[in-house]
Amino acid sequence: MLLTVRRLGEGGALLEAFTAAHGRHAGVAPGGGSRRMAPLLQPGAQLDLVWRARLESHTGTYRAELIRSRAAAIMSDGRALAAMQAAAALLRWLPEREPHPALYARTIEMADALGADPDWPRRYAAWELALLAELGFGLDLERCALTGAREDLAWISPRTGRAVTRAAGAPWADRLLPLPPFFLGLPGGDAAEGLRVTGHFLGAHAAAAFGHKGLPPARARLAQIFAAG
Amino acid sequence: MSNEIGNRPGGAPGLGGEGVDRLIEMLARLPGLGPRSARRAALHLLKRRESLMAPLAQTMAEVARTVRPCAECGALATAERCAICADPRRDAGLICVVEDVSDLWAMERSGAYAGRYHVLGGVLSALDGIGPDELRIPDLARRVREGAVREVILALPATMDGHTTAHYIAAQLEGLSAVTSLAQGVPVGGELDYLDDGTITAALRQRRGL
Repeated sequence: MLLTVRRLGEGGALLEAFTAAHGRHAGVAPGGGSRRMAPLLQPGAQLDLVWRARLESHTGTYRAELIRSRAAAIMSDGRALAAMQAAAALLRWLPEREPHPALYARTIEMADALGADPDWPRRYAAWELALLAELGFGLDLERCALTGAREDLAWISPRTGRAVTRAAGAPWADRLLPLPPFFLGLPGGDAAEGLRVTGHFLGAHAAAAFGHKGLPPARARLAQIFAAG
Repeated sequence: MSNEIGNRPGGAPGLGGEGVDRLIEMLARLPGLGPRSARRAALHLLKRRESLMAPLAQTMAEVARTVRPCAECGALATAERCAICADPRRDAGLICVVEDVSDLWAMERSGAYAGRYHVLGGVLSALDGIGPDELRIPDLARRVREGAVREVILALPATMDGHTTAHYIAAQLEGLSAVTSLAQGVPVGGELDYLDDGTITAALRQRRGL
């Protein structure tokens, strides 16, 4: 799945893609900046990429063929478009050439749902939860951090990322984050709540670990859009 | 001098003297020109020193001195306001938002638009770190608030960044003016077989009754 396109010289483009076997991977697409190729090489596009380089350490060149475009399906939906941009920005936190097959599968499911499935906002928030786990900042939503109970988990600690039951967390309710039920596989909960939780852990914990100052602007914009309703 | 340079095979660097090398280097920075075509252009100019090179240099110096962004729309102007903003025949209730001056020129070539413009100077780009503050979006909001603007037409690129910008502007102008965007679809003279999937999808979504 194509993440970014940067014009290179007169007609070329530097592509960055999220691939099943090689994780985040970059290469130069000769002619990728041409008028013929530009409509095909929009972020989110599913591509068939063949990478060639003399040495493994080289940037190398791509031969890119479009499998399917997602741009046209989401361009008219400002929220879905913002989600795709946010996902592309967050995936750039992954180290280059490190495979993440499970996250790749989740990403394709999420990207296909954007703008198409009415429940896509919650699926997007759940994808960010999976991304956090892949980045090494997975939340512990199995049992209550205070009582060990597995039922009625309603809060999450913003410091430890561990779930807390409604009763046990009540005295600290103003300092805990509401845990949306759909994060536990249960029905109900708002996507905006989910984004608040994942946004907190991405921005306050994961970002610093990867040398970033807070959330990427595209992700911050997505949060603004959802907060505005 | 022109013969001297012209006789060097391929115009190898360093053979034209410091000034000519500098000229070639600067010409090669222009879009569409590489080192080879820059060498050809430099030789062409040197061979037509009086008829082409001197007037060109003079014109470039004059344009560099006099042309500036229009205080209202951001297009190129030789006065505080550009010719379009200063023209009372242009509909001040219509503002067409474009990414760059070249897009404004394309719209003007069509002859189909009689309103005014607003040049953003780019589009929002997460990759290049271009946010709303780097563009002329606050100026646009001010123009719409202060003027009697009926409609803002977004003529931005049909790319992810272009549409992200369009949605952002639409949100900023909500309640201030009608906001529309250019349609997308089959170009005049275009054949479906040669169109990409995305354009066909967009065209199908925007189909209309006949």
